[in-house]
Amino acid sequence: MTDLSAVPGTAGGAKKSSILEADARTRRRNAAEARFKVYGMLAVATGVLALILLLISILSNGLSSFRQTFVTFDVPLSAETLDPNGNRNPDEMSKVSTFGYSPLILNGLKEALSARGISVDEVPDADLANIISRAAAADLRDFVLANPQVVGETLSFEFLANGRIDGFFKGRVTYESAERDSNVTPDQLRVAEAMVAADLMETRFNWGFITGPDASGQRPESAGLGVAILGSFYMMLVVLVLTLPIGVAASIYLEEFAPKNRFTDLIEVNISNLAAVPSIVFGILGLAVFINFAGLPQSAPIVGGLVLTLMTLPTIIIATRASLKSVPPSIRQAALGVGASKMQSVFHHVLPLAAPGILTGTIIGLAQALGETAPLLLIGMVAFVREYPEGLPQGLFDPASALPVQVYQWTQRSDPAFVERASGAIIVLLVFLVLMNAVAVLLRRRFERRW
Amino acid sequence: MNDMRLTERNVTSSEIKISARQVDVFYGDTHAIKKVDVAIPDKTVTAFIGPSGCGKSTFLRCLNRMNDTIDGCRVTGDILLDGEDIYDKRVDPVQLRAKVGMVFQKPNPFPKSIYDNVAYGPRIHGLARGKQELDEIVEKSLRRAAIWDEVKDRLQAPGTGLSGGQQQRLCIARAVATSPEVLLMDEPCSALDPIATAQVEELIDELRERFSVVIVTHSMQQAARVSQKTAFFHLGELVEFGDTGQIFTTPKDPRTESYITGRIG
Ligand SMILES: Nc1ncnc2c1ncn2[C@@H]1O[C@H](COP(=O)(O)OP(=O)(O)OP(=O)(O)O)[C@@H](O)[C@H]1O
Ligand SMILES: [Mg+2]
Repeated sequence: MTDLSAVPGTAGGAKKSSILEADARTRRRNAAEARFKVYGMLAVATGVLALILLLISILSNGLSSFRQTFVTFDVPLSAETLDPNGNRNPDEMSKVSTFGYSPLILNGLKEALSARGISVDEVPDADLANIISRAAAADLRDFVLANPQVVGETLSFEFLANGRIDGFFKGRVTYESAERDSNVTPDQLRVAEAMVAADLMETRFNWGFITGPDASGQRPESAGLGVAILGSFYMMLVVLVLTLPIGVAASIYLEEFAPKNRFTDLIEVNISNLAAVPSIVFGILGLAVFINFAGLPQSAPIVGGLVLTLMTLPTIIIATRASLKSVPPSIRQAALGVGASKMQSVFHHVLPLAAPGILTGTIIGLAQALGETAPLLLIGMVAFVREYPEGLPQGLFDPASALPVQVYQWTQRSDPAFVERASGAIIVLLVFLVLMNAVAVLLRRRFERRW
Repeated sequence: MNDMRLTERNVTSSEIKISARQVDVFYGDTHAIKKVDVAIPDKTVTAFIGPSGCGKSTFLRCLNRMNDTIDGCRVTGDILLDGEDIYDKRVDPVQLRAKVGMVFQKPNPFPKSIYDNVAYGPRIHGLARGKQELDEIVEKSLRRAAIWDEVKDRLQAPGTGLSGGQQQRLCIARAVATSPEVLLMDEPCSALDPIATAQVEELIDELRERFSVVIVTHSMQQAARVSQKTAFFHLGELVEFGDTGQIFTTPKDPRTESYITGRIG
């Protein structure tokens, strides 16, 4: 009570100051704060800039891969060449190889060109045929063998244009570069331009890029992501089905039930370390355990899924434990206080509160697994696969590719058209990642009780 | 302390509900409770008073084995509930806690609806045979916790959306919903306004007809108002235990006297 009598302002002899003007100390503090804000904004700006550059580069390189140049004309399916015996038996017709089909396509093309008044006399037949994709003959043969009754008719077909011709319309190939390129001649480009003018050729959206299988290095125009997307999807299913129950059960046990002793400490440290192990190590492990020891087939989504599960588990366990930890202990006490068992308190109260965090962690883990390449290279997922895997569950054991591996493979190929396709594949991968994150946000919203 | 009104202390039962013998509690190396002997009678309100950190909450938690859930906490000695050792190996703490309910210092409603908060205990213990019976239990419990009128129109609203005092009364309703035999309350009124406090105190007095109530409080007036027995703790020791009237008027121990008159604490 004694200091009540002290006169304010006289203590320590300090002179009375106005709060209307900042003193030196306050000014220094404000300056420091302003500086820090600038650092922060610079850091954020750097990040945003990097992201924008990345997106621009990928989109500008890759968007064109979703469009493809197609050629449409009538092909006479002459019965003498395709079905010499004349009984429309697919088994006998399959003796005719793609070399039997190529002349038919060339004839059809020539006829279509002359009908439109495009003169191609100075262009050699081989160059003319090369305007069409090398995949055309095989596609036509598949179609005819599947529908033998069409032999003898003349049908309109749509073929992919050769990758170089396609590149011409996308700006990748020019008359000058064609002079130096042994794979394309300026004459071909001139014919192609005339075909576009005559409505024989057009560039439009190409579903084949998303649904079709991979193609060899000589026919980039027909390479698609279908097998890779399916393979990645199968692997994600394996990862989800395995990591969610195992990860959540392990986290709940470690967080809520396990005694705190040396042994559990050791496990805890090792889980954190495991999350930092380079992913290629998991690939070697998968090769040794799942393929060499357990005898599972190479390049199969099941093996990829198992390896990615091993890689993702630590991430999911860490995320799940963090979200379990963030549930206030008073909730557990409240449940125990009314006589709930440990198990009831966890499953009725703690887990629902932790669910949004667990889901987010799981989806982030899945997204990480979706983009992982290195371990898949080691278990043979780099194989060139054109066959779609079967439906589930047998499909898990069929050879398949994966999206990031497909990107890697395409960047290895020499034809420049594959650069565009690799960027396109990256766009597809990014779209999937964005979709997964959107699902994470939606699930969070759905499960989060705002009270 | 002259505004203290000492109500008549008719201890309705002389039967011992809980008896503790030579109880020691350690948190790791910290010796939090030292050789405590106490006999808590049935159908009585027993108040634990003492300065902060003296071990009131710790000892209270021993009575329903909530200390089991704290890492590094060790309890030795015997605590008997109706003559049975609650620390016996055969005792399931879950079953014990259904008999010995608890209200915590900080209100901790579940992040669920008001109705579900109260209905949770009866549900997991199978106390209600149907929806109607459950509704009745919920209403009765909320009425006894003096909160029914405030929440009867919004039973499906979240329990965490109530004010601090309302939350605490909700927690009391949740605790009485399971019809425990003993109700432990750790400073149940520390977040309540005087009116709600009076209501809770009334409730405590009412609960005494059926249960044995143990209440930790920092308010000596409250101890004097609601309790029939008072235990004074100091530095982990039970200094004095006796009828509330006697503790507040003629304490035997000088430490009790100085605490009650406001010299330590
Ligand atoms: N979980 C714990 N771990 C370690 N020590 C603890 C723990 N809980 C309490 N203690 C210690 O035990 C002693 C008694 O604590 P307790 O909470 O029982 O005091 P209290 O009498 O309830 O105090 P208050 O009136 O402030 O609530 C204190 O010294 C405290 O530091
Ligand atoms: Mg306390």
